[in-house]
Order: sequence, then structure tokens, then C-alpha cells
Amino acid sequence: MGAVLGFIGSIGAGLFSVLATAGQVVLFAVSALGHCVRPPFYPRLLGRQMLEIGYFSLPVVALTAIFSGMVLALQSYTGFARFSAEGAVATVVVLSITRELGPVLAGLMVAGRIGAAIAAEIGTMRVTDQIDALTTLSTNPMKYLVVPRLVAATLVLPMLVVVADILGVMGGFIVGVFKLDFNAGAYMTRTWEFLKFEDVFSGLVKAAVFGFVIALMGCFQGYHSKGGAQGVGAATTNAVVSASILILVFNYVITELFFAR
Amino acid sequence: MTSVEPPPKIRIRGLSKAFGPKVVLDKLDLDVPAGSSIVVIGGSGSGKSVLIKCILGLITPDAGTIEIDGRDVLSMGRAERDAVNGHIGMLFQGAALFDSLPVWENVCFGLIAKRRISRREAKPRAVEILAQVGLGADVAELSPSELSGGMQKRVALARAIAAQPDIVFFDEPTTGLDPIMGAIIDDLIVAQVKRLGATAFSITHDMASAQRIADTVAMIHKGSIVWKGPAAAIRDSGNPYVDQFVTGSTEGPIRMEVRR
Repeated sequence: MGAVLGFIGSIGAGLFSVLATAGQVVLFAVSALGHCVRPPFYPRLLGRQMLEIGYFSLPVVALTAIFSGMVLALQSYTGFARFSAEGAVATVVVLSITRELGPVLAGLMVAGRIGAAIAAEIGTMRVTDQIDALTTLSTNPMKYLVVPRLVAATLVLPMLVVVADILGVMGGFIVGVFKLDFNAGAYMTRTWEFLKFEDVFSGLVKAAVFGFVIALMGCFQGYHSKGGAQGVGAATTNAVVSASILILVFNYVITELFFAR
Repeated sequence: MTSVEPPPKIRIRGLSKAFGPKVVLDKLDLDVPAGSSIVVIGGSGSGKSVLIKCILGLITPDAGTIEIDGRDVLSMGRAERDAVNGHIGMLFQGAALFDSLPVWENVCFGLIAKRRISRREAKPRAVEILAQVGLGADVAELSPSELSGGMQKRVALARAIAAQPDIVFFDEPTTGLDPIMGAIIDDLIVAQVKRLGATAFSITHDMASAQRIADTVAMIHKGSIVWKGPAAAIRDSGNPYVDQFVTGSTEGPIRMEVRR
């Protein structure tokens, strides 16, 4: 009986811990958003973060998108050939890329690259007193460290997804035309034929939300890290894992909002 | 006719702080006169760092008051507190230099942040301040990671004094340095504090450093001040806590929590 109660107790304690952390994340996000609209602003830092998060993530996002588009074309073709529906390949590729794969894969790649970097950098600053040093130098760490990263990630992720969409469709086109012998003009016509504004727009909204989530979890985990190198390592892992899970959760929620009938 | 004594630069009354069941500061009282140099000594875990962080506003105490220039800093809003911090310099134990910025930007960070000078003006100003702590202009462009421990401490000192503060805090200024470099840093601290006419508040467990820097020494034990007196009197204080700390004896009223 004691063991059962202990087991239930440990589940309850774990649940409370998760809820407490969720509450802290929400309060952190609200505080950060408040600082976004109150001066001082740091445009120089914002520019540097946009470069770091956007420009330097281009290669990894581009490679992911192009190969995803290629494999999608190949898989759809082999699947649809069973129903003599090969003509739908171009449409499936463009809708899958713009609605789902572009934003989700770009989000997950950036979560791995940038979420980890943000958590490690801010976490190291925390355990080496650099964040306290900012406060003693009359500089609010939320404004100086958190706001530029949040704003930059939210603005830059949609731009990355536009690139991912274009390259993903291009990957599908390359496989469709050069391997599966589709007519290039017909492939492009089928690509545009069923594509609607909301397909692309929903992907960009997802990207902005994912960017915010990635930077938020990186900043939150780094800001609250403690215990030296081990603590920074744990913060980095938690940032990537939590951001990746939240990306998948918000992906469903936003899809539901846009496309559920 | 009676002369009115000026209020202390820092007045602490009944300061208490606990982390869970562990009481770190226990109704601590301390006055620091303007223009003096006080060093708080004490063993590891005695509450020195928490005390300095409470004064700086980095930790919120559970009870008590902290006045700087007669104003209660604990009841201030963020903007008012930032204004007070504008007159404070702090040298952290590990230097706490910003890795992502070159040395010159570290030194003038506070001045740039408070818009007192532009970035263009900051670099020559940083070179001037670095010269005051014995560092050449060639150091200005380096990254903090390219500096030795002693040089990092000097850059941190330069950053602490850059805004010409009224109060300068030093957290274990000589920790991790060899005795010669420790003495150099102490001499720089004394010279710069004297030049600024500032009040100095240091915490350390390095007795040689304490005697070089301090006018007054206060001993903290289990979150309370158990002795305070002139630095010259520390070796014959007659206080059993101070005597044990100065001699480094394992016998006496101070019991370290060591599991055997």
C-alpha cells in the first residue's frame, strides 16, 4: 500500500513540477513581450541576432528542404502509381511543403541549431555572473538578451520558410522532371493549379510561432540554468527538446485553426 | 553646539535571507561610512556573497532594510534602482566579462548603456581607463578569453571604475590569482578607490588582501556580523571567531560542515 501511495505521490509531484514550469514559462513570455514594447531598444543586437538566426541557418534549412521535396516526389509517385494517380505528385509536393514540411522541418532544424546556442550562451552568462553584471551596469537582461533573440527569431523564421518552400518545391520538380520524366511545364502548372494563398500563409504563421517558441525556450532554459557546466548542458538539452515538442503541438493547433472544417 | 554625524553611505538593518530551511543572513546590521573601505571576511557559506548581492539588488532579502545615501533601496522601483546602480561599480569574483564583446566594449559598457558616451567616443575612453589599471592599448581589441586571469581582473576593475562610481563592490578580488598578482590587484583597488574618493565594500577570505584593502574589517558568521573593528586590530581582536579565522585553526567556535 505504501509503495502504491509513493508511486502515485511521485506522479503527482512530477505533474505539479511540469505545471509549475509551464507557469514560469508563461510568466517569462509575458514579461519578455512587455519588454518588447518598452524602450530602450537594441537595434544593433536585433540585427546581429537576425543574421545569426536567419542567414547562418540558411544552409541547413535549404538542404533539409530540397531533399525533403525530392523524397516527397519520389514517395508520392511510387505510392500514387498504385492508383494511377501520378499526376497528383506536383500538387501533393507543393501542398505538403508549404503547409507542413517547410515550417516544421525548418522549425526543428533551427530549434537544434539556434535553440541550443541561445540556451548555452545565456546559460553560460548566468553561471559566470555575466547576467548579474548586466544588472549592476543598469542594463535589463530581459531587454538586452531576451528581447532581441525573441523578435529576431519571430521575424526571421517566416523568411527561412519562404526559402524552404521554394527549394522544397524545386527539389520535387528536379525529381519529377529529371527522374520521373514529367513534362516540366505540366509539372509547374499542376504545382500552381491547386495552391492557395492560405496554404502559404498558414505556413508562415506557423513559422513565426515556431520562431517565437524556439527563442523563448532557449532564453528561458538558459536564463534559469544553474550548477555550472552540467547545468548549462541540461539547459541546452531541455531547450531543444521542449522547443521541438512545442513546435509539433503548435503545428497541430495552427493546422486545426486554419484547415479544420 | 552638537555636531550632526553624517549618515553612513550604506546602512543595513535586520537583513535576513533564507533559502528554504537554510538561513543565510540572520538579522544582520552593518554601517559603512562614506569614503571608507570595509572588508567583510568570513568562511565559505557564511553569507558574504548573499550580503553583497542583496545590497546590489540581485537577491531580494526576506526582511530588513538597506539604505544607500539615506534612501531605502529595497522599496525603490526598477528605474530608481537603476539610477542608484549608475553610481555603483562592481568587480565580480570571476571577473564576469562579456565574452561576446571586445575588452574596450566591456570597459565602457555601462557608459554606452547609459548613453553617456557614443560608441565612437568609447574606445579612446576605454584605452584611458585601461591605462589606469596598468594595461596597454593593445589589450582593448582583444577578446576576454584571450586574457590571463590577472588581466581579466584588471579589465573587470577598469569596468567597475569606468563610470566613476560613488561605491565600488569587490567580490573576492584576489581569488584564483597568485600572491604577487593578488597584491598588484589590491594596490590597484586602493589607488583607484582613493582617486575616486569612493566608498569600497569588499568581501574576501584572503586575510592578506583584507589587510591591504581595508580601513575597517567586519567578520560575518552564520549570517550575522560577529566583530567589526579597524583593520590594524584584526590580529589582536580578542574575538574568538576572528582569532580562529586569522590563524586558520580548526579548533574554535567556527565549525565547518564537513562530513567524515
